[in-house]
Amino acid sequence: MSEKEPLLDLRDVTVQFGGLKAVSGFNFSIRHGELAGLIGPNGAGKTTIFNLITGVYKPTSGAILFERKAVAGKKPYLITKRGIARTFQNIRLFGSMTVFDNVRSAFNMHLRHGISHALWRGKGFRAEEVRIDKEAEELLKIFHLEKLRDAACTSLCYGDQRRLEIVRALATRPKLILLDEPAAGMNPTEKTELMELIRFVQEKFEIAVLLVEHDMRVVMGICQRIAVLDYGVKIAEGSAEEVKHDQAVIRAYLGVEDEV
Amino acid sequence: MFERTKATLLATLAVIFVASRFSGHIGPYYYDIILSIGINIILATSLNLVNGYTGQFSLGHAGFMSVGAYAAASFTNLALPVLSALKPLGGFLSVSIYFGLALFLGGLAAGMAGLLVGIPSLRLKGDYLAIVTLGFGEIIKVIIENVDAVGGARGLSVDGHYTNLFWVFAMAALTIYVVLNLVNSTYGRGFLTVRDDEIAAEAMGINTTKYKVLAFSVAAGFAGVAGGLYAHDKQFITADGFGFLKSVDIVTMVILGGMGSTWGVVFAASLLTILPEWLRSLADSPLLPHWLGGLLANRMIPYSLLLILLMLLRPQGLFGGINLKRKKA
Repeated sequence: MSEKEPLLDLRDVTVQFGGLKAVSGFNFSIRHGELAGLIGPNGAGKTTIFNLITGVYKPTSGAILFERKAVAGKKPYLITKRGIARTFQNIRLFGSMTVFDNVRSAFNMHLRHGISHALWRGKGFRAEEVRIDKEAEELLKIFHLEKLRDAACTSLCYGDQRRLEIVRALATRPKLILLDEPAAGMNPTEKTELMELIRFVQEKFEIAVLLVEHDMRVVMGICQRIAVLDYGVKIAEGSAEEVKHDQAVIRAYLGVEDEV
Repeated sequence: MFERTKATLLATLAVIFVASRFSGHIGPYYYDIILSIGINIILATSLNLVNGYTGQFSLGHAGFMSVGAYAAASFTNLALPVLSALKPLGGFLSVSIYFGLALFLGGLAAGMAGLLVGIPSLRLKGDYLAIVTLGFGEIIKVIIENVDAVGGARGLSVDGHYTNLFWVFAMAALTIYVVLNLVNSTYGRGFLTVRDDEIAAEAMGINTTKYKVLAFSVAAGFAGVAGGLYAHDKQFITADGFGFLKSVDIVTMVILGGMGSTWGVVFAASLLTILPEWLRSLADSPLLPHWLGGLLANRMIPYSLLLILLMLLRPQGLFGGINLKRKKA
């Protein structure tokens, strides 16, 4: 597949809840390794688009293509298997597990062994478990969480929990990672760290990132391309500079004076 | 070289085998209690896979037990020619193969029933799932009571008394082995992710429906084995014996031991099997006033008190939240 080919392609996607068109005629694509952003005022349909991509909702019309294959309406776990991982706006870690087990659990979908191997515990099974342990440990080390390995994940501070959620998503070895408002509830210092972290993830793992965010500073600071959504319609797309000066965007966010 | 858990299982089986050779020295009353403990351990640890590790709430475990009991008993009653065909292998061996087959079929039948009930009902959560599984238990009971081939409401007598100390505790050890090995693997961590957060589990590429149905059928299968053991011990079974109250008994063991703690549940299963016997003997004691003895003899009253106390003092169960596994460096 050529590098120019979009990794994720949303074509004319529309979703309707009863009489309400939450998203209508949305076109957007993300290239390999690109860091893209999706912004818009409250209720613009950002999270709805997120849920469409990850299979929580099925579009009423239009197509969602990932590596040229249709993924619209597939079960969430199958979409993750195709290579789209995500984090959640309200952190969703596996609360009863340690930091380490949270990461290890994400290797589940890549397992070559099945239930019989888990019961028989032969050589192949043990080798695979050792390999998973090692990979999980390496991931934790990259994100400076190795010291918290055996801590209960709920005991981590907010920023670390966010980081762990990203680590867990990366453990599924995605080609595209979707981050749902990762800066929510963070202070300015944490936000700066987060921006560095997102850029680091994109470069180190060579994956595409789609960021849904409220915080203008974060989005404008790191995204290569930004789509702006208002009332379910895309009103602008382009670089941070372009979007910032777009009249439609200013109108959506700030409103305009009445023309007398 | 043998892997650690497998070696432990084999060693345990060997110990059980040797111990069972001396079972003749145990009085019949105590022997019966010991067998009940083993059967209850199988029931409770298997239910713990569903209610504890996977976070679903099943109230129909006794229903699956009855499916296994009737399937195994019917096999024994119908397939005696199999036993005579095995005769040349020698008495002990032929009975072992025959009974092993009966237990396997009982487990298989119950497992299939679990699959059948699980696929549609596991779309539901919490209380709703509890009600559906409760309903299933009742349906099974009514069906059995109306099938004349298995004796209907009169019950079914079983033509072989094959259950002994070895079989019961070998099966209990096997149940514990399966549950622990499942849960302590990357494959089995899927069960825990379903319990902790279904939406996040799906987002991690885990097929939550598959895991729920799997937990349900594995647990049902072991309940069926327990049913087969029960049938070949008592040699007479009625559908009534596997009612709602039996299911509640098993759920109580799981809750008391601590959801998702296998050893806690093993302990609770043993305790709750001995407790009614002990209370019964206490109730007969001349030192207690008559009314108090009456209260104690009905196990449901001390059980409920125990559960209320537990909820107040240790809501996570006796052993819940305690990790007995040693930490690897």
